[in-house]
Amino acid sequence: MNAIDKSHAGDAAAPLTLYGTAVSSRLLLGTAQYPSPQVLAEAVRASRAEIVTVSVRRESAGGKAGQRFWELIRGLGVRVLPNTAGCRTPKEAITTAQMARELFETDWVKLEVIANDDTLQPDLFGLVEAARVLTEEGFKVFPYTTEDLGAAERLMSVGCEVLMPWGAPIGTGRGLNNKYALRTLRNYFPGVPLIIDAGIGAPSHACEAMEMGYDAVLLNTAVAKAGDPVRMAKAFADAVEAGRTAFEAGLMEVRDMAAPSTPVAGTPFFDFGEKA
Amino acid sequence: MEQQSQTGSRLRIIVNGEPTLTEARTLAQLIIEAGYGDARVATAVNGDFVPERARSERLLAEGDRVEIVSPRQGG
Repeated sequence: MNAIDKSHAGDAAAPLTLYGTAVSSRLLLGTAQYPSPQVLAEAVRASRAEIVTVSVRRESAGGKAGQRFWELIRGLGVRVLPNTAGCRTPKEAITTAQMARELFETDWVKLEVIANDDTLQPDLFGLVEAARVLTEEGFKVFPYTTEDLGAAERLMSVGCEVLMPWGAPIGTGRGLNNKYALRTLRNYFPGVPLIIDAGIGAPSHACEAMEMGYDAVLLNTAVAKAGDPVRMAKAFADAVEAGRTAFEAGLMEVRDMAAPSTPVAGTPFFDFGEKA
Repeated sequence: MEQQSQTGSRLRIIVNGEPTLTEARTLAQLIIEAGYGDARVATAVNGDFVPERARSERLLAEGDRVEIVSPRQGG
């Protein structure tokens, strides 16, 4: 009998389910910025990711870039999560999502409504509005949001069953900027799939998110821009698994004062310091 | 007058941000004219999505802004 104490983590050992789809890999990988399509393909395999993010862009005259990319992705046998990257209004994001649904033949969408070009911060008001419309149209919305608890509640009230708070702004690689708020969000929504999306720069960041009980992490630049993207993809895969296993195992409590790990009883010379 | 008749059969529209003169009257015709006939593309006109099945009924008008997109790498 494999007795796992789940009291600390609810249903920790249960598989991750996103809109009714069970996934075993807790690493979602972006497909942009790789040095070549071959490296992208090898990195996806090395990451053991089952879900990759994709996008839609204007096709150039007579171009076959889209077709080639689509065939590459299909060859990898992964599920795609199209994004609405670069959209600044709910209307743009909604239309982009509709085009992506037709192109990629999926009703999943990573919803981005961007408020600011420098920080790529989500426009939370536009995000909620777009999420509402898209959910009504049958989309399964994965909103790219912040750690804001109120926004999270609004997103869920309009039908989001998964939330994707940022760790740090897209492309910064700064890790988990606001651990306190991210921990609060995790604790407040114990049953909601929460995926850290954006800002992850190192495997240690991803591991930390998983140790905190986040259900998965989504990253792109940290792998694509690594010296060796394929090896880095494996490093992230291992880190995510280690972090998840640690969460399921239950971390020790942090203490302010030292506590000896070696038994005190029977310590030699224990009484030597005492003055007679 | 002659200039009018030259452009009279063509529409001035914007395709993927580029000013374009087209003889196409429907979105479906434009897709073929632009060389996307067998490409995997999705479309929007004036900010509204136009599904593939509706392209042949979607009439183009002067000044329409057409988006033609395809799958691409994303984060």
